[in-house]
Amino acid sequence: MTTKQTLTFVLMDAPFESARTTTAFRLLHAALTRGCDVNVFAYEGAVALSFAKQAQHPNAVHGRDVAQEDHPLSRNWIASLMAYAHERGAALNWVNCGLCVDERGVGEAIEGVRRGSPADCWKMAQQSRATLVIPTK
Amino acid sequence: MPGYLLIESRDPFESTGAARTYELAIQLRAAGHDVALFLVQNGVLAVRSGARRTELDKVIRTQIEVLADDFSLRERGISSASLIGGVQATPIDSVVERMNAGWNVLWH
Amino acid sequence: MKVLQIVETAYRATAEEQDDTIIWIAHAMRGASAELGVLLAGNAVNYVTAEQDASGLTLGAWRQTQPPVPAQDVAALIRKDVPVYCIKEDLAERGLLEGKLLEGVVLMSRAQMPRLFAEYDQVWRW
Repeated sequence: MTTKQTLTFVLMDAPFESARTTTAFRLLHAALTRGCDVNVFAYEGAVALSFAKQAQHPNAVHGRDVAQEDHPLSRNWIASLMAYAHERGAALNWVNCGLCVDERGVGEAIEGVRRGSPADCWKMAQQSRATLVIPTK
Repeated sequence: MPGYLLIESRDPFESTGAARTYELAIQLRAAGHDVALFLVQNGVLAVRSGARRTELDKVIRTQIEVLADDFSLRERGISSASLIGGVQATPIDSVVERMNAGWNVLWH
Repeated sequence: MKVLQIVETAYRATAEEQDDTIIWIAHAMRGASAELGVLLAGNAVNYVTAEQDASGLTLGAWRQTQPPVPAQDVAALIRKDVPVYCIKEDLAERGLLEGKLLEGVVLMSRAQMPRLFAEYDQVWRW
């Protein structure tokens, strides 16, 4: 029987700023698909990824209304991956760095995301098979 | 001895950082580690045949596994047929595979 | 578990954060008893030079009262028994090798990186 692995990812980028965000989420999806438990420590701008008040908008340049545009929101990506993890009997454990949350005013996070500190980052890493830091530029 | 997966996300024609990653890959291999290089995002712009050759050639000659994210390639219109020799298109799952194997994974 | 933190980008939002955010998190993890080392590479080698001064930022009536002091923060890591290494070639490229550098920083060449990595269980590149 294969032992379930836990992997930790440390993210830094705010939503909508870099291709690193999409790549990071692709990695989380791949890890969950493989049956891993996944920890995410969101640091700096990445704490906004789970902000509950992100909202979709229309796209006049393409002539699309809100529904047609169906704009991605990282908070929906997180929620989707949490549900995906749950279906597979895995865990997606998402922790935001609390001080980073405070300075950005993004305290309203979606359900399932919790506030933490660098001590959590260290603890997650200690409990994981490997840790990948995806730094901002 | 742990393996090292070096992820290079940047275009080598944009800055010198990518060359440093390639150099590190060679140094780690010379020190006896298993090493692979995973190109993602604009890092794959180095591997379109016809692009100006870069220090990546040295990595390929050292026989370090050079992988290119299949989504990043497709996003940039780089087909498998137009990859330079020695580079393999691969799904992003190969990063997770190596993390599960306890490799150190370093992102640039 | 011992982890080497590679810091390669200097002055990344340091005025807004009043810290280098990676030097800061290294301090915070050290406070949680983490065993760490820090490798300064690329333009982050500038953190070990003397006379860095980010004070005096004024925007309208707003004045910064706690400017970032990266050299002091790096020195504080050393006092907390976090070894701090610095790449000689990156210092040389930037004309810093002959100048006054922070005491206690270990200078090394890029070619020695694999050997340094081998002293740590993990390497995190920020």
